[in-house]
Amino acid sequence: MTLSIDRDETLLGGVHRVAVEVAARHATDVDRGGRFPTETIAALREERALAASIPTELGGGGAAFTTIAACCLELGRACGASAMVFAMHHIQLISLVRHRKPDTWVQDYLRRAATEQRLIASVTSEVGTGGDMGRSIAAVEPSGGELITFRKQAPTVSYGELADDLLVSLRRTDNAAPNDQVAVLSLRGQHELERTGSWDVLGMRGTCSPGYVVSAELSSEQILSVPFATIATESMVPVSHILWSHLWLGIAEDAFDRARSFVRAAARRTPGEQPASALRLSRLAAELSMLRAEIDSGLRDFLAWGDGEDRERLTTMAAILRFNNLKLVASEHAADVCRGALEVSGIMGFKNDTPFSVGRHLRDTMSATLMIANERIHQTNAGLLLIAKEA
Amino acid sequence: MTEKTTTIDKIREAIRSHARLSIDIGELPDGADLYQAGMTSHASVNLMLALEDTFDLEFPDHLLKRSAFESVTAIEAAVSEIQAELAA
Repeated sequence: MTLSIDRDETLLGGVHRVAVEVAARHATDVDRGGRFPTETIAALREERALAASIPTELGGGGAAFTTIAACCLELGRACGASAMVFAMHHIQLISLVRHRKPDTWVQDYLRRAATEQRLIASVTSEVGTGGDMGRSIAAVEPSGGELITFRKQAPTVSYGELADDLLVSLRRTDNAAPNDQVAVLSLRGQHELERTGSWDVLGMRGTCSPGYVVSAELSSEQILSVPFATIATESMVPVSHILWSHLWLGIAEDAFDRARSFVRAAARRTPGEQPASALRLSRLAAELSMLRAEIDSGLRDFLAWGDGEDRERLTTMAAILRFNNLKLVASEHAADVCRGALEVSGIMGFKNDTPFSVGRHLRDTMSATLMIANERIHQTNAGLLLIAKEA
Repeated sequence: MTEKTTTIDKIREAIRSHARLSIDIGELPDGADLYQAGMTSHASVNLMLALEDTFDLEFPDHLLKRSAFESVTAIEAAVSEIQAELAA
């Protein structure tokens, strides 16, 4: 027990250092240029943080889920794009880890991913499905012998060209129903990415997420044995919502800190006279307190309901509603806190080149209600609320 | 006709009307996976509402999970469990 606490603290300390010394230093440039945060990901690789969520028996860092979430928060304070890449990567990795079977290709892959600190991207959305991750058009096609092939039109693949490997959702076979899906892990060299659009966006510019036609030829043993629907419900969706919420909170925390610094600087200039901005800061602090509480509660619920072997509770409507609400709340309120920070600091926050600048924070958190569109989540929740009892 | 058969028939009728499978429920055995047969999450909610109406009961939260509605057999087991509790 002591060993794992030390290990988690070491990892978090290392990621904190990367956040402060590397990610923060390059955040403006990553945002301005809409470029991948190469230095930060390289530094995280050196800390062996990319394999942190792989169990130690497979050569990984064996970090607790709470530690991964804390790392997302720390990185979010420094650079939203870096944090999002880190989060998206661990969402895929944690899904692979939670649903692995012994003596399979996936288990061997995890050992390799740990040694090489491989970066994984997600190809779950698809053109023509209206943002519904539970439906696929592209299917697994046989390609002779043990080989399979696929061709999928993805409206967006975060850091697809920078990743080593891709976790792709597909229809089980060409005859399968749209919601009868499998997950396939394609390795660098096996897939081709044909870019179909651009990524010149308001925020999260460094995630490099244009659309691609993704095609690959690989072995049938690279199909995960657990159905994608199970992976999504028990792991990918709740883990996504928790890790995203933590990084959005990190961005909001940094925006709040900058607003607080602004108020303190004003107060020091006029000791004895509380600046007007102090009152605005207080309102912001209350909102931040509520945001922190909901995010912490979401993490605790996940640990209580499904961090271990028994995950059935995660498949209940009550759980689906709970983790959807986490995303809905965190996405809106994180952006609200950043907007509020701007209202506190005024022109100094509005300018991009002061210690109180929060433009990037606001723009990065404005991606939150769009990924996945909150309207879609509300549609799902509205349906679940027709039948769920206590949730 | 046994009580169980009637229950199964009612379940199949609800599936026919609301589950929106890509094939006819008549062609599927009781143990067939309804999700693989095309039932989406949205359709499963409509099916659950229809079953509550048909059997005049409410599914408690712990039974509102994917596996409970996976097949005709699974649904019959869930319905029986609730009916037994109501009778007790």
